Amino acid sequence: MLDKNGIAKRIAKEVKDGYYVNLGIGIPTLVANYVREDIEVEFQSENGVLGMGPFPFEGREDADVINAGKQTITTLPGASFFDSAMSFSMIRGQHVDLTILGAMEVSENGDIANWKIPGRMVKGMGGAMDLVASAENIIVAMMHTNKKGESKLLKQCSLPLTGVGCVKKIVTNLAVIEVTELGFVLQERAPGVSVSDIVNATDGNIIVNGSIPEMEL
Amino acid sequence: MINKKVDNVIDALRGVTGGMTMIFGGFGLSGIPENAIAKLVDLEVSELTCISNNAGVDDFGLGLLLQKKQIKKMISSYVGENDEFERQMLSGELDVELIPQGTLAERCRAAQSGFPAIYTPAGYGTEVAEGKETREFDGKMYVLEHAFKADFGFVKAWKGDAAGNLIFKGTARNFNPNMCGAAKITVAEVEELVPVGSLDPNQIHIPGIFIQRIFQGDFYEKRIEQLTVRQKN
Repeated sequence: MLDKNGIAKRIAKEVKDGYYVNLGIGIPTLVANYVREDIEVEFQSENGVLGMGPFPFEGREDADVINAGKQTITTLPGASFFDSAMSFSMIRGQHVDLTILGAMEVSENGDIANWKIPGRMVKGMGGAMDLVASAENIIVAMMHTNKKGESKLLKQCSLPLTGVGCVKKIVTNLAVIEVTELGFVLQERAPGVSVSDIVNATDGNIIVNGSIPEMEL
Repeated sequence: MINKKVDNVIDALRGVTGGMTMIFGGFGLSGIPENAIAKLVDLEVSELTCISNNAGVDDFGLGLLLQKKQIKKMISSYVGENDEFERQMLSGELDVELIPQGTLAERCRAAQSGFPAIYTPAGYGTEVAEGKETREFDGKMYVLEHAFKADFGFVKAWKGDAAGNLIFKGTARNFNPNMCGAAKITVAEVEELVPVGSLDPNQIHIPGIFIQRIFQGDFYEKRIEQLTVRQKN
């Protein structure tokens, strides 16, 4: 079974040379730590920066240079700043190659819910609805089950949706799963996790074709 | 040169009354019009409808107006950092419209640019699209979203001049440029008001035509919400 860093490490393998990548808050942010050093990738943050670098050294932080999680960051050579409308032009206009975001629930048909629990938690969608409505290449990074142990991979989402039919791939602490027209299709197992562990932790129908390889990390 | 300079925040906020709709720049606490917000608290205007990406934190930014219960309705995309906001919303004291962040930016830009509305794919199939006109273009569904109509817009820039020209810094730019000219009166506050002619016209982010009043803020706290650093090894 993977921890959050393990999920990020596996997703980092999906980041290819020349990609512009938008990372959501939470596990997705960790992906930047594991991208191969021999490829060129630029990270976009919805609040208006392309070419994000690592956190600043202590004492070098700048209140005017933050990421979408409101964390202080640095920029790399070649970086640019821009306004919010232009930032979402990059996103809705499909100029960003890969979007990685977290989720509370994903359904068999690729619906995603991650912004609201009615009556209990309402943080808002931020840029997530713009991202999922437009991006061609969306990977969801999340734990397979919630804190109560209930599956987050469902036949139908129970929470208010963020987007419909948009998720193509899910990487959890247990598995890599593709979302196809037929539903969830199991692609890879996390180290030490069996196919039946994954099937049992998945509420939606999950297709298992032949033997399922263990993830390479 | 058409002079937009006013002497202080009091003159900048002339005409502000309760019940108005106001647009505020900023992402989190970065690039927020700190001086205008502080003055609105002083003026004790209430029943405000506020359009801003976030709602500040409990004791800073728009959170200061929330604490005094001056806000009737909030239109935002993300409000996760503010406990008082969440409390007022869940208890029904505060009317809240949550909208996608890109839609928020474009509804400002539409108001700025003379478009009555725009079509966006964001929110289609979700509760955000409920009751709204939708339309198919090339096999994909879009939601009609209307331009904002606001009385005042408050933006914050790094540098500006009396002509109203603005230059922003870093990610403090965010929504600010999109909100200039999106309300009947746009008030720009700047960290540094420089002499007219000293800004390079090639480097201006927002031309003064979009700004009605400009002033230099007395003080900027520029609070950092999430200080994250790495250690030198």
